[in-house]
Amino acid sequence: MKNKIFTRMGDGELVSMSLEEIKEDITAATQDAAQRAEIPELTADEIEQLLNIMAEPSRAVSVVAGQEVIVTDDGCSMSFYSGQDGGGVGVPMSRLQAVLTYERACAADTTSMGHSDYSFKPVKPIINFEMNEYYTASMMTTAPFLYGAQPNMGLYFQPDGPQPNPADLLPRGKIKEAQEVQEAAAEQLRQDLVFVGKKLNGIGCEGLNFDTSGSAGDADYWAALQAISDLKAAAPDLPIIMGGSGEFVLGMHGEVTFNGRQLAGMYPHEQAKIAEAAGAGIYGVAVGTNTNESVAWNIARTLTFVKEAVAAVDIPVHVNVGMGVGGVPMMEAPPIDSVTRASKSLVQIGKADGL
Amino acid sequence: MHLAHIFACGMGGIRTSGDLVAWMQLIKKMKIPAAKKYVAQKLGVQLLDLTNEEVMRQLREDLGIGTITSVAGSPKGIRAKLKVAELLDVPINSVELFKSQIK
Repeated sequence: MKNKIFTRMGDGELVSMSLEEIKEDITAATQDAAQRAEIPELTADEIEQLLNIMAEPSRAVSVVAGQEVIVTDDGCSMSFYSGQDGGGVGVPMSRLQAVLTYERACAADTTSMGHSDYSFKPVKPIINFEMNEYYTASMMTTAPFLYGAQPNMGLYFQPDGPQPNPADLLPRGKIKEAQEVQEAAAEQLRQDLVFVGKKLNGIGCEGLNFDTSGSAGDADYWAALQAISDLKAAAPDLPIIMGGSGEFVLGMHGEVTFNGRQLAGMYPHEQAKIAEAAGAGIYGVAVGTNTNESVAWNIARTLTFVKEAVAAVDIPVHVNVGMGVGGVPMMEAPPIDSVTRASKSLVQIGKADGL
Repeated sequence: MHLAHIFACGMGGIRTSGDLVAWMQLIKKMKIPAAKKYVAQKLGVQLLDLTNEEVMRQLREDLGIGTITSVAGSPKGIRAKLKVAELLDVPINSVELFKSQIK
């Protein structure tokens, strides 16, 4: 094993590090994650495994044969026809063409479609268009075909939505008022998630993806959980994936509970448990990338959270590994060397059921 | 980036058995070892063959569950999913709707 390893920082910068430096980063990162979430650190053997993966001389790496997992997606086919801000390459294709290309030319395990805004709120007024397009595509797809979007409670606050903005209220010390508008927005969001879910279920939806749940904090997270619970009662055969938005649930409200548990501050192993209790079929762990630290540091930290989340629940755990999450560098075109090292590490060491 | 993940650790979708294992995760909430074991038993193949194109390509055509290359007249889409639901003994929502329309 060479002592000088070419690796990257969390912003994608190519750097050279010694094995000792990488090991120091891995150790520091797993200690940090373990301390924050009050979970076990990576073992000495797991640290060694990660060190070996980081030191592999190949540009791209892959899991050992037989250890492959399911790679679900969050609107990946949209990348064929969307633009830079969606990570898209701008090919003039229809949504249907993109979905089928992703399934058949890219050998994707699952495919999906979603509104280009990728939030549920704008789907509501055009639900009939989405139902028609989903139904048409579902007649042609063979692999599981999901409908995905983000709960994105931020869209329910002024100036984009009806509720006063808690970001205006909080700096003025109006804590109670900020909590009340979040509760009102969360209830509206819950109703919209259930509305869209029921409509899609009516035309044979094969699965919903509540992506990046909790992006506006604990009330946003509550709305997703409650909507899953509502939908599982109304449509028990509708599979639902719930993805998180960060390593802990932001306490923008602070006192929201689900099943008697406070949501603010929940780390991935607790998030996965509460999602399982709500009825989610798969939970997606999201851990943000720190651009000032190395890829090894970021992967080690993600691994520590993921390993505990996988062990905590009976449902599959998939890890979010897009731009800037799951150890993948935060940049527009994440380098393949780092992307594949994140993949391999999270599957082989973290025992993730999928990505 | 998606392709890098698929290359590094994906099961290969309809190229091999990735779609079948994914159905079991989605519908039966199975973790990856249980989902693979279930699908391998239903297909009558070894676990390693789940991602072995040399086995899965022909097996998929024989079972009529959709192939990665386009074979004229061979099931794809909802016709293939109808057979997938039977093979795996799971309810796929789109298939349930389709069946209700052709009764």
